[in-house]
Amino acid sequence: MEGFTGILLILLSSILVNNFVLSRILGICPFIGVSKRVETAVGMGLAVTFVMALASVICWIVQKAILDPLDIGYMQTIAFILVIAALVQLVEMALQKMVPSLYQALGIYLPLITTNCAVLGVAILNIDEGYNLIQTLVNGIGGALGFMLAIVLFAGIRERMEFAKIPEPLKDFPIALISSGLMSLAFLGFQGIV
Amino acid sequence: MNKKKTRPLAILKNGLLDENPTFRLLLGMCPTLAITTAAINGIGMGLAATFVLVGSNVFVSLLRNFIPPKVRIPAFVVIIAAFVTIVQLVLKAFVPALDKALGLYIPLIVVNCIIIARAEAFAYKNTVGASFLDGIGIGIGFTIALILMASVREILGNGTIFGASLFGENFAPALGMVSPAGGFITLGLLIGLINKIVSVRQQKKKGAH
Repeated sequence: MEGFTGILLILLSSILVNNFVLSRILGICPFIGVSKRVETAVGMGLAVTFVMALASVICWIVQKAILDPLDIGYMQTIAFILVIAALVQLVEMALQKMVPSLYQALGIYLPLITTNCAVLGVAILNIDEGYNLIQTLVNGIGGALGFMLAIVLFAGIRERMEFAKIPEPLKDFPIALISSGLMSLAFLGFQGIV
Repeated sequence: MNKKKTRPLAILKNGLLDENPTFRLLLGMCPTLAITTAAINGIGMGLAATFVLVGSNVFVSLLRNFIPPKVRIPAFVVIIAAFVTIVQLVLKAFVPALDKALGLYIPLIVVNCIIIARAEAFAYKNTVGASFLDGIGIGIGFTIALILMASVREILGNGTIFGASLFGENFAPALGMVSPAGGFITLGLLIGLINKIVSVRQQKKKGAH
């Protein structure tokens, strides 16, 4: 898993084979909650991509530079969640100052990212897999792109579903779960390409 | 509503039925979908989350007069993360098999929305005793939901329940049920079923009046 091919393999596997939403089952709350319209799904996807890439790298540095030398690996969960919460806050302030239009578009989705378990998930996975800094960055971006792919595709399906006749008890949430199950089955087809 | 909530039994029942976190409030979906491939995992995850929930509820309630409203969410997260770390260390030391099965989803209890939702919606406004009971009620409600989900998936996808074989040698398990796809579909159908039961019961009540 060295060199360029290794990097490419990590990217492909985190987008398609081990898709964070559909095969690792992380980040389900925003996946179901913010997927009623394609535009909002794209916005959420962009915000998550940004935070996930940054969080992967910063959490990796925190682990290697602070937690490992001090031998306090058991503080990992607390340290990472604080890093992510602070990061989301910073990104929010920076966007508000520098790119107000994007800030407006993302709106309430930004603070919600703190509780997106895909972000904390990717940070911990990077450490567990023993990735180096570049692999960590690639895995973070790939995971986020996978999230974006899943949520945008799913929003497209849900926009169509509004016109379908659905039995009363299955309306809204249950049918969303069932259709994401079918999507997840489709993604099983990618198994084995890496 | 408020009067009702102060009675201990009502608080417990509230978490089990009316506000069941998985089936009624639709919170905490990630662990519900991910780890319910075997009934025993459901119990493990449910109890771990219940412990964190009770601990964080009690502490948030104890400190509710000292935490300034502006920084309450970070404060809740730190309290929750501390309890999750305790669970992580205890599981690793005493039940390594369960720790392996639940893996990543143990640290991810930190971002389980059920726990932060109860801290915000209940513990920050109620007494220690009531918050303790609320934690137990919601936690057990979550555990039961996980066990239900996991049993369906284990029986259909593996032909076993709690590891004991049900159908003998000739049973061909539906492998899809233990894959992520099976999780999504099982949960969707279960919630649909419960919605149906609730609406039928409401109609009966209306008919009786």
